[in-house]
Amino acid sequence: MEISVTVNGVTHTGDVEPRTLLVQYIREHVGLTGTNIGCDTSSCGACSLHLNGEAVKSCTILAVQADGQEVTTIEGMASADGTLHPMQQAFQDNHGLQCGYCTPGMVMAATSLLKENPDPTEQDVRIGLEGNLCRCTGYHNIVQSVLAAAGGAQ
Amino acid sequence: MIPAAFDYVRAGSADEAISLISQHGDDAKFLAGGHSLLPLMKLRLAQPTVLVDIGRVTDLSYINDAGDHVAIGALTRHMDVENSDVLREHAPLLAHAASHVGDPQVRHRGTIGGSIAHADPASDMPATTLALGATYVVQGANGSREIPAGDFYLGFLTSSLAPDEMLTEIRVPKMNGARWSFQKFTRRAQDWATVGVAAWSGNSGSGVGLVNMASVPVLATSVSNALAGGASIDEAAEQANAETDPQSDINASVDYRKHLAKVLVKRALTEAAG
Repeated sequence: MEISVTVNGVTHTGDVEPRTLLVQYIREHVGLTGTNIGCDTSSCGACSLHLNGEAVKSCTILAVQADGQEVTTIEGMASADGTLHPMQQAFQDNHGLQCGYCTPGMVMAATSLLKENPDPTEQDVRIGLEGNLCRCTGYHNIVQSVLAAAGGAQ
Repeated sequence: MIPAAFDYVRAGSADEAISLISQHGDDAKFLAGGHSLLPLMKLRLAQPTVLVDIGRVTDLSYINDAGDHVAIGALTRHMDVENSDVLREHAPLLAHAASHVGDPQVRHRGTIGGSIAHADPASDMPATTLALGATYVVQGANGSREIPAGDFYLGFLTSSLAPDEMLTEIRVPKMNGARWSFQKFTRRAQDWATVGVAAWSGNSGSGVGLVNMASVPVLATSVSNALAGGASIDEAAEQANAETDPQSDINASVDYRKHLAKVLVKRALTEAAG
C-alpha cells in the first residue's frame, strides 16, 4: 500500500506492506535509526517518537496508520545549524544519559510531557515518564534534566 | 516482532466500517488505536486476515453531557477521557481511572471503545464502566442496540458483540456527587493491575468493580448489598470475593489476589467514605 508520511518536515512517499510497523518504517524505509527498538512490546518506550506532536510508541503503530500524518523523530529535534533542542541540551548538561539507548525515547516522551504540563513537579515528571525504562537505572539525572528543561523554558 | 500478513482497509464512517467487516467475514477485525490488538498480532496470538481501520472515524470521538448521563464516543482516546472537564465533573471516577491506563504514550493512542470491546478483565475501563452501571451502544448492519455493561462480558476477551457489530458509544450515568476511589495494585508503574478496584458510594447506593479477579470484569454486588444492609466497611470488604474467580499467574497466586481484593476494596470504600 502506498503511504505518504511527513518525517521531520520531509514528506516520504512509498509502498509498504500493511504489517510494517512504524518504527520499522522509520528505521528501514526512511533510514533514520535514532529511534531505537527496545522491548518491542510497548513496555520500554525506546521507540517513542511524536505523531502529530504527541509521544507514541512506534513499535505498536502500523506505518499505514501514520499515512498522511506528521512524525518527528530524535533527528528532527536539533536545529538545522546543529543547536540542540533545549531538552537535548538539558540531558547533556545534567548527565541525563549513561549508555544512551533509552535517551531518544526519553527526550521524545519528555518534550511531549512538557507540552502538556509545562511546569511539572518532580513527581509529575516521574509519572509522566512511566512508559520509558532506563536499563542503566539512571532515572535521577533524567528527571533532573527534564526539570531543568522545564525551568529553562519559562 | 512482525504480525502475520493481512489486508488493510480504512473506513471513513461507522456505516462503512460495518459494511467492510460484513464483507470480509469472521477473520476481519476492527483496528482502533491498536494498543490491545497489535500486541496480540505481533505475538501471533491473533492473525486476522483483514484489518478494518476505524481510527479515522473522527465523529466517534466525543464526550457529551447528555442530561442524566455522559455520552462518550467509542473512539475517544484514554488521554481525552482523562482530561475531559465534563467527565471530571460528572463521572470523575472514570476520568481518574483513564489516567491509570498504561502510560502517556499508550493513552495518546488507545481508545475507551477499543479497551471495552477487547473485553480484557485486566484492563481498567471495562471494570470501571461496569461499576458505574454504564450502557454500551453497538451498531450493526440492522441498526443499533444498547447492551448494559453487566450483560456485555461473556468470558476472557469475549463479549456479546456480534462479529459484524461495532461498539459506537459508552453511556455513563452521572455520579451526582457520589464519592469514589480507584485502587490499582501493580508490580511496575505502567503494568496492568495485579488487582484493581473502582468504587463509588452515594445516595443511590454503591458500585464496586474489580479488575483482574475473574475471566471477566467483576461487579462485586455482595459488597454493595452488605453496605446497603448496614454493614461496616470492614464487614463489607470481607464480601469482596463473593463473585470472584481469579487465576494464578506470574504476578500473583489465587490466594494473594483474593487477599489483595479485600484489602483494596477496604481502602477504596474507606477513601470514598472519607
